[in-house]
Amino acid sequence: MSALVSILMGGVFHASILFLVAAGLQVVFGVQKVFNLACGSFYALGAYFGVSAVQWYVAAGGPPAFFIVPLIAAGALIGVTGVIVERGLLSFVYERDETFQLLLTFAVVLMMEDAIRLTWGTAPVSTSGLYLVYGQARLAGAAVPVYNLIVIAASLVIALGIGWLLTRTAFGRIIRATADNREMAEALGVDMRRVYAKVFTLGTALGTLGGALVIPATAAMSEMGVELIVEAFAVVVIGGLGSMRGAFVGALVVGILRAVAISVYPELEMLIIYLIVITVLVFRPRGLFGGAAA
Amino acid sequence: MRQALVLAVALAAVVAVPWIAPIYHVLLMLPFMAYGVVLLGLNLLFGYTGLVSFGHALFIGLGAYTAAFLTGLFKVRALEVILLTAAVVAAVVAMPVAAFCVRYVKIYFGMLTLAFGMVFYTFLLKFYRLTGGDEGMPVARPFLLGRDLGDMPKIEYLAGPYYYYSLVVLIVAIAVMWRIVHSPFGLCLKTIRDNPAKAETLGISVPHYRWTAFVISAVYAGVGGALLATPTGNVDPTLAYWTHSGNLVFMTLLGGFASFFGPLVGAFVFIYLQDFVMSVVPYWRLVFGAILAALVIFAPGGLLGLFPRRRVIEAA
Repeated sequence: MSALVSILMGGVFHASILFLVAAGLQVVFGVQKVFNLACGSFYALGAYFGVSAVQWYVAAGGPPAFFIVPLIAAGALIGVTGVIVERGLLSFVYERDETFQLLLTFAVVLMMEDAIRLTWGTAPVSTSGLYLVYGQARLAGAAVPVYNLIVIAASLVIALGIGWLLTRTAFGRIIRATADNREMAEALGVDMRRVYAKVFTLGTALGTLGGALVIPATAAMSEMGVELIVEAFAVVVIGGLGSMRGAFVGALVVGILRAVAISVYPELEMLIIYLIVITVLVFRPRGLFGGAAA
Repeated sequence: MRQALVLAVALAAVVAVPWIAPIYHVLLMLPFMAYGVVLLGLNLLFGYTGLVSFGHALFIGLGAYTAAFLTGLFKVRALEVILLTAAVVAAVVAMPVAAFCVRYVKIYFGMLTLAFGMVFYTFLLKFYRLTGGDEGMPVARPFLLGRDLGDMPKIEYLAGPYYYYSLVVLIVAIAVMWRIVHSPFGLCLKTIRDNPAKAETLGISVPHYRWTAFVISAVYAGVGGALLATPTGNVDPTLAYWTHSGNLVFMTLLGGFASFFGPLVGAFVFIYLQDFVMSVVPYWRLVFGAILAALVIFAPGGLLGLFPRRRVIEAA
């Protein structure tokens, strides 16, 4: 029982991180129709920047118990890279075929990987020791780090926040209108340049925040971005491209399945996820919550 | 006429390379020729059919691991047999994969190919006892035309007989692909690329043609992968990783996917430029990412697209 609980909680923790990155991918795809391969790179950037912020915070004598504050601030702050990438690169190719947009985000993947190596070096970096500063909670006999519970809660709050943003605010209405019919939204006076810049920055910030939040539990490595993108990709395919509910359910499916596979039959870890992805694409190409035709 | 002249000069230069160029550059030509074969196939799908695969590294991996298994486990050393087997293995795997993938276009096609590629990558990585896991497998030196050249120093073997063997394979691959794209079949593919709905009304079975193009491109990638394995001497799962697939598309775009020889130019420039950049700074990805971004924004026609002479219709 306790083993099962700890496997499940590990899976849900991973799922909540995955959800953040996948939600960033979804909002960008939903509105801009750009499949952002670089979302994993933003995740890695957030992780490294988070480590630096926490190290700086600890060195400045901040109480360890509040390390999560600079961590979250750093994760959200570095999201501004999104504006640079969107205005500086992507905004030139919106009129082109989506192949070029995809390749441009691939260019960002390549650049970001080395930019991180250049800035933080090739050795993994971590916020050593802070992970268990909040202690462990006992859930049905299993010890679960309290930090994991905080991240799960934070992710849920963010999920609700996005839901509120999309359905209850003027900005959300504009976003959904743009996703549905760009020309019509533009004709009604929506400044598409600003919407795109904001949406891409939101997507980026979700990714960087995910990276920052995961980092106390693991070490930041330069390959973490290209590795995560394939998982985030699995999430959005299973859930359906462009759908937030899809990202939520997909993240849970991938996160938990992966945790179970690792403990039961490690050889199948990622294999099983890709097989599910292929099954979904073959039988239900729009995903579980996919909307209109792509 | 001018094109024929350029081609003749290029061919003469490639034939002469082992005599005139430093050995290091001769060896760099080997991956160029292997990738040349792969990209000829990839461009049948990308430039001529309008489908962008983010999973063709899968077939390079298949070809390379075929070479490793045959030379290691099965003691089959004849390169002719290895290349043929790689082609067959790639075709056999590609048939069902293509059947799934060609039901979709654009982003969904790209994602599905990426997923299949990653399935194979994970398989290579996790089934350690069969595939050697992340360490991969060694590739023994193959016999060329039935001759065991085991006594030759490795460099001499690669820069001599193996070089010309690769070159012949590349030329045959070019000739066959030239026939394919200039046949009625190739014309149908271009029609499908430019207007699938019209192609359908004209009686072209769109999925069937896409499927065939996919399988042919996979066979090319398999042969190229097998050709690539010997100079490397070792195959590992990163051959099948999705970023490798991305680099293949990059190379094609670099040379220009709208022209027949564009991918070859792309492979050549990519390999030599990568080698040059890595000799100056270790951060080749940063430089190449910037190059790719500049290409996409300013020169989507690639290097050959910069010469507007006889402009080929741009594949949209």
